[in-house]
Amino acid sequence: MTEIPANNPVGDFLRANLPAPWAAIGNGLIAVAALAGLVTVTAIFLIWLERKVCAHFQARLGPTRVGPFGLLQPIADAIKLLMKENVKPRGVDALAYFLAPLLPITGSFLVLAVIPFGPTLQVVDLQAGVVYVVAVSGLGILGILIGGWGSNNKYSLLGSMRSGAQLFSYELSMVLCMLLIVMGSGTASLREIVLSQQGPFWHWWIIKMPLAGVAAFVLFMVSSTAELNRGPLDLSEAESELTGGFHTEYTGISFSMFFLAEFVNMFASAGLGATLFLGGFLPVQLGYAPVDHALAMLPGVCWFFAKTYSLIFLYMWFRWTFPRLRIDHLLSLEWKFLLPASMANMLLGATLVAFRWIIP
Amino acid sequence: MSEETPKPDATPEVKPAEAKPAAPPPPPPVTYPRSAGVTMAAAPKASLSRFLGDAFGLFKGMNVTMRYFRKPSRIVTREYPENRGTLKMSERFRGQVVMPHDEKNEHTCTACTLCEKACPNGSISILTTKNLASKRVLGAFVYRLSSCTLCNLCIEACPFDAIRMGHGFEMATFTRDPLDLILNKTEGR
Repeated sequence: MTEIPANNPVGDFLRANLPAPWAAIGNGLIAVAALAGLVTVTAIFLIWLERKVCAHFQARLGPTRVGPFGLLQPIADAIKLLMKENVKPRGVDALAYFLAPLLPITGSFLVLAVIPFGPTLQVVDLQAGVVYVVAVSGLGILGILIGGWGSNNKYSLLGSMRSGAQLFSYELSMVLCMLLIVMGSGTASLREIVLSQQGPFWHWWIIKMPLAGVAAFVLFMVSSTAELNRGPLDLSEAESELTGGFHTEYTGISFSMFFLAEFVNMFASAGLGATLFLGGFLPVQLGYAPVDHALAMLPGVCWFFAKTYSLIFLYMWFRWTFPRLRIDHLLSLEWKFLLPASMANMLLGATLVAFRWIIP
Repeated sequence: MSEETPKPDATPEVKPAEAKPAAPPPPPPVTYPRSAGVTMAAAPKASLSRFLGDAFGLFKGMNVTMRYFRKPSRIVTREYPENRGTLKMSERFRGQVVMPHDEKNEHTCTACTLCEKACPNGSISILTTKNLASKRVLGAFVYRLSSCTLCNLCIEACPFDAIRMGHGFEMATFTRDPLDLILNKTEGR
């Protein structure tokens, strides 16, 4: 276990040259600006990626016209959305209606604050990072519920009620899967969890905890797909049944906020999966020294993004392969299968941890 | 249909002499054949083999989509303005009406006006003339593309295959004048 420094040069520079409170404020502002940039770029890139990947899964080309490979297409779409009038339908609850789009994006922004993008790139390393992530990701659900309720539309209401049922139930099995890793690594800080996976790739929690790790990873992917409102579990949107579900009435910038949050959430969730199960910012190590040295040359950020984007591709692969579930099937999948399975998995993991049957 | 409903086949067995001017038979009970007795299919019993089969099915589906993803040659999208050189319209594509002319620049139209009568929009006007032998022949086949719906009825009406649906589809113009076409290049014989 090598010690990896947590401070980056920019932060050190500010701390060395400014009095303490100003350094903290300056570093905070830099972090917020960096996260805002990351959110924007990631969302725009992911929208492009989603459309391209979807198109290729369906034997189409996807956007090709705006910019090279259609890369500027999301920017054109964003300009269109921002120029649109932000319509307030008759009979909506104005406060709820205009507050709702801000909550999901706030939630995903807050989640990104504790994710370690690199050994020295983390806004704040909370001791209870996992608990914090679970807590703030609830803001997204709140946004969807408030938006559906405030829209004064039956489809929105149905969609948001569905998503309430769905997101609250799937959060259970997702949290249980995350707790398994907390149990194994003995800490809830995301940075410490990453650092507990040092070494060759079989020290990642997906393999390190025999059987239970893989099972937890699969359960995490399924339940986080539901948490993200992505197909095949996108019951709250269900454009074929509910004409868009909770965001039926939204246009312009309000809709684009929901849309943005969806993609940033996907990034955050995939990042969380990479952090918990795939060693986060740690380089892939094959246990063969010359190759390992070469692989370790790449900075941690690159490894983090590589792992995260592999998981994002997995999400997209799910979405464009499987048909949407019916709401009762969805809930019975969670309550009759995923929840008991993740509880049994917890038990198995606890046994493994208690008897130290973990790959050293 | 339930057992109580009177069968229409049973009535001829009653002899006409015994038949009384009875009240008409009661209407059969309303049944909905498509939904009566239909229940939701019971879910198959949960079992490990079924679970594994379902899980395998998921992977099979993902394999199918991945095959599409990995083979860009299977992409069906055609990028239109770029592929104009190689664009192949299908055999039965219905573009604007054309009149084929052979190598002697002659067509087979006899000015019988069946196409003019068949046209629901009045898009076709056959203007006839007399040739040197004072025979009534085609002078001008006036075709108004602006009101044509490419419905193919004129082609079906033509007994001589003098006109057919062409493959041209880039028909946009800035004024309406170029849309009034004269299809024949020469007078009929």
